[in-house]
Amino acid sequence: KRCASTAPLIRPIQRVLVANRGEIAIRVQNTARKMGIETVAVFSDADRNSLFVKKADKAYHIGPPLAAESYLNMDKIINSALRSGAQAIHPGYGFLSENAGFAEKCAQAGLVFIGPPAQAIRDMGAKNVSKQIMEDAKVPVVKGFHGEDQSDANLKKKSAEIGYPVMLKAVYGGGGKGMRIAWNEAEFEEKLASARNEAKKSFGNDEMLVEKFVEKPRHVEVQVFGDHHGNYVHLWERDCSVQRRHQKIIEEAPAPNMEHDTRVKLGESAVRAAAAVGYVGAGTVEFIMDPRGEFYFMEMNTRLQVEHPVSEAITGTDLVEWQLRVAQGEKLPLKQSEIPLNGHAFECRVYAEDTRKGAFMPTAGRLNYVDFPEDARIDTGVVSGDEVSIHYDPMIAKVVVWGQDRAVAAAKLESALARTRISGLPTNIDFVRRVLAHPEFAAGNVYTDFIPDHQKELFAESETPAEIYVESAVAHALAALQKSDAGVFQNLSFFRMNLSPKYIFKIDGKDVSIRFDSDSRLTVSYDGNSYETLLNDIESTTDGSFKFTLEANGRRWSTVVKNLGNSLMVNGVGQNEYETPQIHETFDSLSGGAASHSAVAPMPGIIEKILVKPGEQVTTGQALVVMTAMKMEYIIRAPEDSTVEHIKCQAGKNVPKNAVLVQFA
Amino acid sequence: PNCSVQVRNHHCSADKSTLQWAPIKTSIDNSSDDFAANTAEMKVLVEDLKAKISKIEQAGGEKAVKLHRSRGKMLARERIDGIVDAGSPFIEFSQLAGYEMYGKEEVPSGGILTGVGIVSGRVCVIVANDATVKGGTYYPITVKKHLRAQEIARENKLPCIYLVDSGGANLPRQADIFADSQHFGRIFYNQATMSSEGIPQLAVVMGSCTAGGAYVPAMSDQAIIVKGTGTVFLGGPPLVKAATGEEISAEELGGADLHCGESGVTDYYAHNDKHALYLARSCIAGLPPVEEHMTFNPNADEPLYPAEEIYGIVGSNLKKTYDVREVIARIVDGSRFHEFKERYGETLVTGFATIYGQRVGILANNGVLFAESAMKGSHFIELCCQRKIPLLFLQNITGFMVGRDAEAGGIAKHGAKLVTAVACAKVPKITVLVGGSYGAGNYGMCGRGYSPRYVFMWPNSRISVMGGEQAANVLSTVQKEKKKREGADWTDQQDLELRKPVEEKFEKEGHPYFASARLWDDGVIDPKDTRKVLGLAFQSTLQKPIPETKFGVFRM
Repeated sequence: KRCASTAPLIRPIQRVLVANRGEIAIRVQNTARKMGIETVAVFSDADRNSLFVKKADKAYHIGPPLAAESYLNMDKIINSALRSGAQAIHPGYGFLSENAGFAEKCAQAGLVFIGPPAQAIRDMGAKNVSKQIMEDAKVPVVKGFHGEDQSDANLKKKSAEIGYPVMLKAVYGGGGKGMRIAWNEAEFEEKLASARNEAKKSFGNDEMLVEKFVEKPRHVEVQVFGDHHGNYVHLWERDCSVQRRHQKIIEEAPAPNMEHDTRVKLGESAVRAAAAVGYVGAGTVEFIMDPRGEFYFMEMNTRLQVEHPVSEAITGTDLVEWQLRVAQGEKLPLKQSEIPLNGHAFECRVYAEDTRKGAFMPTAGRLNYVDFPEDARIDTGVVSGDEVSIHYDPMIAKVVVWGQDRAVAAAKLESALARTRISGLPTNIDFVRRVLAHPEFAAGNVYTDFIPDHQKELFAESETPAEIYVESAVAHALAALQKSDAGVFQNLSFFRMNLSPKYIFKIDGKDVSIRFDSDSRLTVSYDGNSYETLLNDIESTTDGSFKFTLEANGRRWSTVVKNLGNSLMVNGVGQNEYETPQIHETFDSLSGGAASHSAVAPMPGIIEKILVKPGEQVTTGQALVVMTAMKMEYIIRAPEDSTVEHIKCQAGKNVPKNAVLVQFA
Repeated sequence: PNCSVQVRNHHCSADKSTLQWAPIKTSIDNSSDDFAANTAEMKVLVEDLKAKISKIEQAGGEKAVKLHRSRGKMLARERIDGIVDAGSPFIEFSQLAGYEMYGKEEVPSGGILTGVGIVSGRVCVIVANDATVKGGTYYPITVKKHLRAQEIARENKLPCIYLVDSGGANLPRQADIFADSQHFGRIFYNQATMSSEGIPQLAVVMGSCTAGGAYVPAMSDQAIIVKGTGTVFLGGPPLVKAATGEEISAEELGGADLHCGESGVTDYYAHNDKHALYLARSCIAGLPPVEEHMTFNPNADEPLYPAEEIYGIVGSNLKKTYDVREVIARIVDGSRFHEFKERYGETLVTGFATIYGQRVGILANNGVLFAESAMKGSHFIELCCQRKIPLLFLQNITGFMVGRDAEAGGIAKHGAKLVTAVACAKVPKITVLVGGSYGAGNYGMCGRGYSPRYVFMWPNSRISVMGGEQAANVLSTVQKEKKKREGADWTDQQDLELRKPVEEKFEKEGHPYFASARLWDDGVIDPKDTRKVLGLAFQSTLQKPIPETKFGVFRM
C-alpha cells in the first residue's frame, strides 16, 4: 500500500537551492560544491549579510525576518528556485523540512524535494497513524490501555500484556496524584488499590489507565536511509539523551552502554520502520529506551537531523552527499554490511544562552568574537561580528569530535570546547563542560532526566580556583600595557625604581592585586592569600591575542587572551570574559546626563505591548513595556519613580539591545 | 615581555652593523669564595636600600594616608601609576631626598615625587606633591627636588605634569625656601620660560594650591582641577577672614566650579582624581608628536651574563679592585664592547657599545687617572661629540695621579683637558657612581658639577673630596709635622683619636644616602637595574636633537 515506486531515473542535479539558513545551509553548500553542484541561498532581511548568503553561488531575497514570511514562504522559495534554475531544493532541518505540502508543491513545480515522499512525511507526522504502522511492522511501541473495562482483573490482564513495569494513572489525575508504578505482577494489586484510593480521595473518581512504564528513559535514535530502488540501511544509532528544555545539547554515536544485540535489533527495527513507509532519503527513527535495553518507537523525523555529523563521524560517510545522490535517483552508496561503526563521536550544540542557575535563557545579540579549535569539526554559520538573531534558533555552532573510543572522544570534546572562544553573548559551553566532567556522564549513564537529576552538581557554585584569579590578573595587566617598539619606555614594563609596581584589578567582584617583582616573577593576592607566580613565554599572535605561560600554586599552564577592546577573553584554566570599558566610558556616569532617566531594552527583541503613556506618573518597578525575544517575554519596569516623557518604541517593532524604550522627565 | 601588537618604529631600520663588535669575555669565577662574599655584601646593601625605600613608600604614615584617602584622594604614587601608560616604567628621582636631613622630622621622598614616565606615549616629567607628608608643604629639599625635576625637563625638553596637592611653603623654614635664586619663585620662572621654549606645562589641581602654589596651575599651559578637593587661591579662607572678614568655604573660594566656570583659572573639570588623570592623559595625547633621536632596537640582545653577577664582581669594599669591563659586560647589548685605545692609558677604559640599540660612548675607571688616561678620555669625548654619541661615565675613581713624576708629566694640564672635554660636551651625559668618587676624579668623570643629564649611584659607592682614610692621613701628617716642629710628642693614641672622627665623618658624608638625601645625584639604584635605568634615561635625553659641541681651549 505504500508507494515508493516512482521510476528510478537518474536525474542529475546541477544546482540546488537550500531553503534554510545558518550552519545547515553552509553544511549543504559544502557538500554540493564538493560534488560540483552550484548552490543557491535564500535569505530574509535578517540574513542579508550572513555567511551562508556570501558563500552561495546565487542568493535570493525572500522577505522580512519573520520566518513565516520568509523561510516558511513556500511560493517565494519555489519561485526563487525556478528563477535560479535549480533542479532541487534541500530543506535542511526545521522550517519546511517536514512539510508534506511543500514537498508536493516542489513536485508540482518540477523541482526535486530532497527528502522523503510527501506521503511518508504525512504518515509520520500523525502520531496515531505512525504508531499503527510501526505496530504492523513489528516495531516495538509503547503499549497502553485506556478503556471501559475497569475491573481489577482486566487491568491486571492488560498489564501483563503490556509488560511490567507499568504505570497506573488516574484518568482524571494530575500532579502525580493517583499514580503508581507496578514493577511486577506480585505487587500489582497492592499498587492498584493504593492508586485507586488516592484517586478517589483526590478526584472523586478511581478510573485508571495503564501504560508501559519506561524508567530512566534514554533518547536513542537511528539514522536510516532509503533510495528509490527499495534499498534501506541504517547508519547506527545516536544517543541524544542529554537535553535541557527538551532540546538536545550533547549527542553521541554510538549509544553508550548498549549491548551489540540490542544495537543490531534497534537498527533492524528502524529499517523496518523506514521500509514500512516507503521511505526515501535521510530519516531518523526515534526510540525511548529503558536501562535494560528495551526500546519503543517514538516518532520518525523525516529529514536530516542537526546531529547527523556524529553518524557521519563513525561511519565515514557524508550524509548530505547521500541525500543528493538519492535525490538524483542513484542507489545508496553502501550496503548495510558495508557500513562500518568506527570509534565514537560527540556533538555539542553551542547555544547563545545564559545557563546560570539552570535557567537556560536563550539570548541574542552581537557575537563580538568567535574562534573555534582547528582540530574539531565545526559546523557554524557565523563569524566574528555576526548577530544571533532574535528571529531564529540561537545555536551558534556544532562542535563535533571523533575518538577511537568514548573516553577519548569525550576528552577531545572537552579540549575542543575549552578552546572555543565566544565573546559578546553568554553560551552553554561551561555548562556542557560540567556535564562532560560529571562521573555519571563519563560512565555513559545518560538518560533524558540527566540534567534535572544532577542539577545539584551541575549548577553547584564552585569556588573559583586560584589559578583563574592569577591568570585573569595577569591578563588584565598585560592587556592594559600599551607596548610598542617606539622606545625603551614603551617596551619595558612593570619597572619602578627600587620598588615592585602593584596593580589592582576587579575580578569577579574581588580586588585582585598583582605585584611585579621582576619581569617574570610576580605575586598575585586576593582575599588574604598570595600566590607566587612565574610568568613566561609571552607571545602575541597575529589576530591581536596574546598568550603566556604561568606557574602558580604548583601548576604550570598556558593562557590565551583575546583583547576585544571592551572586553577581555581569558582562556586558560578557566574560560572567562571580563568587561573592560573604555576609560572615557567609566566617567560617563560622573558627568550625569539623561542616561539614567530611561528604561532600556535588556536585549534585542520585539516590542509586544506598551503599557504607559506620555505624561503618566510611574512608580519604581511598574511595568512599562512588554517585549519578546527568543520566544520569551520580558517586562521592562520603571527604574525610578518618575513621569513618562516620551515613548521611544513602537509595538511590533524590533529594538536593539540598550535601546531607550521609555524616556522619563 | 612583548605582548601587544608590535608597532615598528622607523628608527629601528635594523642597524646590525654593531653586531660585529666582539663581546667582552668574562673571567669571573662565579663559584669562588670571593665572588660569594662580594655577592653577600652587596646584597646587604641592596636590601638595606630597598628596605629604606619601602619605608619611604609608606609616605606620611598610616594616619596621614588614611585621612588623605578619606577625602577621596589617591596617594601620590597611585596618581603617578594612574597617569603613566599602564604598566610602563617610571624612573623616580631621588627617593631618598630629605633622608635624615631634618633631625626628628621625617620628610619621606622630600614630600614630593618626581620622575620621568611615559604618558599617552610621550616621555614626560611628572612632579607630584605628597600631601600625606606635612600637608605637602615645601621644605628646602622639596624646592630643590621640584627645581631639579624642572631642570631635567628643560635639559631634555620633556613636557611637565604637575600633580599639585600642597599647602605651599613650610612656614618655619621659609628663610631657606623663599628668597634666593634657587628657591620657590624659581618654580614659576621655570614654568614661564619652559613654556616659552615650547615645553608643555600641565597642572592637575588635586588638592590645595595656596598662595604661591596657586601659580602652578595659573602658570601652566593647561590646568585641570578636581571637584571637591582641588582648590586654587592666593589667600585661603583663614587669611580672607582675617583680611576682609569674609567667611567662605575653600570650595566656594577656589574650587572647581569657580575656576572652570567663572574665573577661568583652570580649563578642565574633573569629578575625581581618576578622572583628572584621564583628562591629563588626554591633554598630553593632544601634544604634537616629537621625533625621537634614540636608535632603539626592540630586539637588542641582553648582556651575555646575568646582571646580578655585578654583586659578586663589585662587592662593597672599594679597595678591592676588579676589571670594570666585567661591569660593562653586564650592562650593554650582547656584552659587545668596541674598545678604544685598549693599550694606552689603561686606567681609563673607553669604548663604544649599544644599550637597547642606542650607541653610547663609555668611559669607565680602572684605577687612578694618569696623564695618558686623561688624554685618552679627552680624545674619546671629542670623538663622541663629533659623532653625536651620548656618553656614559662609570665612576670608580680615587683621583688623578700625584707625585713629582705626575706633576712633571703635566697631569694638571692633561686633567684639565679631560675636565674641559667633559664640561663642554653637549651630547647627553649620564654618570653612574659604581664605586668611589673622590676629588678631581669626580670632575674628570662628569660629576654633578658637569651637568650630566642624570647621576645615579650604586649603594656601595662613596663620594667625597677624598677618602676618609686619606683625609685622616693628611690631617695626621700635618699634625705630626706640627708637633714635630713644636718638639712635642705625637702618640699613636693621639693619632687614633684624631683619625677616628675624621674617618667617621667622611664615611657618613660620603655615603650614597647622605648624597642622595641632598640631591647630589638623581637616585640610588640597584646595580642589577643599571641597564634598564640607563636605557630609559637615555631615551628621555633623546627626545630632542643632540646639539653641536664647541669645546673650550685645551691646554696642550
